[in-house]
Amino acid sequence: MANTNPLFFIAKLIPYLAQGLITTLQMSLLSFSFGLCIATILTLMRVFGNSPLRIIARSYVEVFRGTPTLVQLLLIYFGLPSIGVKFNAITAAIITLSLNSAAYQAEILRASIKAIPETQYLSAESLGMSTLQIYRYVVLPQALRNAIPALVNEIVALVKESSLASVIGVVELTRRGEYMVAYTFRAFEVYIAVALVYLAVCLALSQLSKIIESKLKIPGYERGKA
Amino acid sequence: MKPILLVKNLHVGYGDHEVIRGVSLKVDKGERLVIMGPSGSGKSTLLKSIVRLVEPWKGEIWINSINILDPKCDIRKIRQMVGFVFQSYNLFPHMTVLKNVMLPLEVVRKLPKEVAYEKAIEALKTVGMDEFISRYPLQLSGGQQQRVAIARALAMDPILLLLDEPTSALDPELKEEVLDVLRRIAKEGISMVIVTHELDFAEDVADRIVFMDNGVIVEEGTPNEILYYPKADRTRRFLRAISRRRYGFNSSVKTKQGAVNV
Repeated sequence: MANTNPLFFIAKLIPYLAQGLITTLQMSLLSFSFGLCIATILTLMRVFGNSPLRIIARSYVEVFRGTPTLVQLLLIYFGLPSIGVKFNAITAAIITLSLNSAAYQAEILRASIKAIPETQYLSAESLGMSTLQIYRYVVLPQALRNAIPALVNEIVALVKESSLASVIGVVELTRRGEYMVAYTFRAFEVYIAVALVYLAVCLALSQLSKIIESKLKIPGYERGKA
Repeated sequence: MKPILLVKNLHVGYGDHEVIRGVSLKVDKGERLVIMGPSGSGKSTLLKSIVRLVEPWKGEIWINSINILDPKCDIRKIRQMVGFVFQSYNLFPHMTVLKNVMLPLEVVRKLPKEVAYEKAIEALKTVGMDEFISRYPLQLSGGQQQRVAIARALAMDPILLLLDEPTSALDPELKEEVLDVLRRIAKEGISMVIVTHELDFAEDVADRIVFMDNGVIVEEGTPNEILYYPKADRTRRFLRAISRRRYGFNSSVKTKQGAVNV
């Protein structure tokens, strides 16, 4: 690390940081998947549930959206042990991010179902379809298409939010950066390198989203072109 | 002979606003009934409530001698037998034309794929859309979409076809292609209830015309009686208004048998 050329220095840092990236990606993808499962349950509660179930689902969303992710993380990692529930750092991070992301994903799913016009339901009903058939063949295939850009957005947000896990000692991308700063005292270059790695991942994800979107695009539907 | 559709003293509304205020109707087998009336008179609501797409408040609806307001009646079974064509076509945009027509055959009537395919193609041929089976609805013109919607309804072998202003969303040129298809279907003897403002079309296909205003039937009769010799003042005003819009004059309702003094 003796070379003083910043570009060269950054380039040399990247392989080291990339190892942290694996942890970052593990955390974000697992949190996204668990979050999606919880979000699906929350959405079912909100769309089909009776009034108590709807209130529970809605409160869940409000609580997790209305409090900082960092506070949630600290509460789960440092707070829960005092009532006897203890997780290791990475588990605590994944639990926090899953629960948190579930709230946002539930909102995305609900909004995309709500966006399907009433006339689609009427038309399906008029053909004698059952509620289950209407959702399966008519509403959900269209709603999930609507949801994809926002869901990919949510993965991107998770990749970045997972950096909070460094606070409780998970050695992921940001934490590795911190180690490097302690070792080299070159905070400027190190954090630029860290930021570049995040940026590369997020750009790749949004590219992926574009590909999926164009694959699933409804032919003839031009409004969503931009 | 038992009527295909019998409606007795029907009341329908939204919230506490009553839209249909006591309507009675009868459609015999093979009969084609046209419903006319100004916007907001309750035509669409009436048509939708016949298959309970809007839940009626009170009254009776009998389809093929089945009391469809009976709590024991499975309304989905009834909807399978009654085709509904909407003003705004309402095709499923994420499916091809073929799939749009096949879906209800496969999932509702549970026909095997090959049978559903045959029936779908046959229905699409009837409306002249069999060359477009792999297109998606939004790649088609309004008239073409409506023809697919008609095919979707026909493929289910309905005993009654309900059409809710099937051409109101179309420009004049596209209207004709849809009206031609409907004229052809009408000749095949299927029972129909059609809400429309197309005077020539109504005259061609209707056995009877019902004129509605403000949730009640104002006047009912043959096309000749309603279009040329309307008795009610409200009917005359309406016909004068729409024929002025259509033909650009306001002196008469129609001119075939001499102008009616309006």
